[in-house]
Amino acid sequence: MTNEFIKQKLTDKFGEQITNWEEPYGMLTFTVPAAQNLKVMQHLYDEEMLRFRFLTDLTAVHFPDRKGEELSVVYHLHNLVDNARIRMKIFVPIETPDVFTASQLFSAANWMERETYDFFGVNFVGHPNLIRILNVDEMDYFPMRKEYPMEDPTRIDKDDEMFGR
Amino acid sequence: MSEPQHHIKLAEESLQKQTTTLNLGPTHPATHGVFQNILEIDGERVLEAVPTIGYIHRAFEKIAERRPYYQITPLTDRLNYCSSPINNMGWHMTIEKLLGIKTPKRVDYLRIIIMELSRIADHLVCNSVIGVDTGALTVFTYVFQLREMIYEVFEEVCGSRLTTNIGRVGGFERNFTEASFTKIHHLLTLLPKGLKEFEILLNRNRIFMDRCIGAGPISAERALNYGFTGPNLRAAGVDYDVRVASPYCSYEEFDFKIPVGTNGDVYDRYLVREGEMWQSVSIIRQALEKVEALEKEFPDQKHVFYAPEADHFHLPPKEDVYTKMEALIFHFKMIMGEIDALPGEVYHSVEGGNGEVGYYLISDGGRTPYRLHFRRPCFIYYQAYPEMIKDGLLSDAIITLSSLNVIAGELDA
Repeated sequence: MTNEFIKQKLTDKFGEQITNWEEPYGMLTFTVPAAQNLKVMQHLYDEEMLRFRFLTDLTAVHFPDRKGEELSVVYHLHNLVDNARIRMKIFVPIETPDVFTASQLFSAANWMERETYDFFGVNFVGHPNLIRILNVDEMDYFPMRKEYPMEDPTRIDKDDEMFGR
Repeated sequence: MSEPQHHIKLAEESLQKQTTTLNLGPTHPATHGVFQNILEIDGERVLEAVPTIGYIHRAFEKIAERRPYYQITPLTDRLNYCSSPINNMGWHMTIEKLLGIKTPKRVDYLRIIIMELSRIADHLVCNSVIGVDTGALTVFTYVFQLREMIYEVFEEVCGSRLTTNIGRVGGFERNFTEASFTKIHHLLTLLPKGLKEFEILLNRNRIFMDRCIGAGPISAERALNYGFTGPNLRAAGVDYDVRVASPYCSYEEFDFKIPVGTNGDVYDRYLVREGEMWQSVSIIRQALEKVEALEKEFPDQKHVFYAPEADHFHLPPKEDVYTKMEALIFHFKMIMGEIDALPGEVYHSVEGGNGEVGYYLISDGGRTPYRLHFRRPCFIYYQAYPEMIKDGLLSDAIITLSSLNVIAGELDA
């Protein structure tokens, strides 16, 4: 199963909707419109020649410079039988970061989407339990976004005069 | 911060006192690590479990965006701290993939020795802790002697025992000493005896088998859907091992088997881990033979401990730093972290003690990553815990937890 074969099968079904085909370090990477993410993943799951039935990773990246598509959700899928890996990216604007949940298809996506919500604020539509998972429940910002500094500026108990960062 | 929120949903009957809500709290001697489970039990039968994690979340991914590449290695130590060399090596291999550095064979074999030793250390802990939770404390005390010897080997190579920060991009920080080889050879004589003792005490022990067979099972389909990897997936019957599927670090030259279970219950997980320890001993033996054969054929290989093209990640020898100008400038540049990486996006994974540890690195060409995400196997398979203990006994829930080998550091990162 080569990258060209996967690309051909996907282009046959979805045509021009899938864009930005790349192969960084050998892994086929492509961009899918945000509303089509479940359709593409379902096709990759069901299609007998593709069989991408293992969700390796689900995370997000924040690009503050890409206006209109600041948050990118990245799915790494794996076909265990033919040993092929692909990376699927979707981009959503930061004001309305709504993404359809993959937790019906892959149970592994449940906590991974909660983690992505916790850190980036991506709203997974249809998720059974979208609450914060690693941070305190009372936190009202999304810490991994680029505008938040690494340390909490509201802390008053640390003296940075002697040990500057 | 907004108002405190409460997300505990009690089951219907608990208000009428039909079932009991039990808090298997974050500080509990049986949960090996800090994670909480709120169990809904009816007598001794578990109806529902709601896990809460995040007690040891240390914001590694955020910190990694502000650290030069070699300063992220200590962060990776603290992911799965029972087998930290594997995480370190995985991270270095990710950077090597990004920069296109090829490591020499001797480095690969030495890395394999260290990774397999740490895999043995991790599985020794997990299996003996399953024993402890069923009441068999003897194995735990005997097996930790072996673990001490493994720690001594790590100490010879890098100076630390548990959170090792071992290796550099392209190899190791210094060559292995004669003493470390002596200790590894000595370990190879002790390990088979220790593992045999382990087997005699627990494998066909009537009480252990009765406790563990049928406890916390999971089917292969559910395990794959939940994203299981590593010994937990292999115990369910799927023979997926990153070392075989996408070989890294010259694993394709080694001859080893992958132990696979059938039911995915506690006993299978115990046996799979035990089988893997025997395979690791065999791999270490083969790696030592390959190193010796390489040194016999090319005697100057004895001094190879890192890849020459990665020399901008290695501090120059001290005598050069004090006498030559270029070495001084290099040293300063490296310590100050002014080594830029190539821009790119790479995902690399290694077979850790618990499964596929993945590193998704996006670099924008600067001295720190733009985004680094750790694919942590513990985090992903711990989601399945409520399903695995449903309708089982409370004591089965405890041994399922320890057999899954949930390491809190990897759970939360």
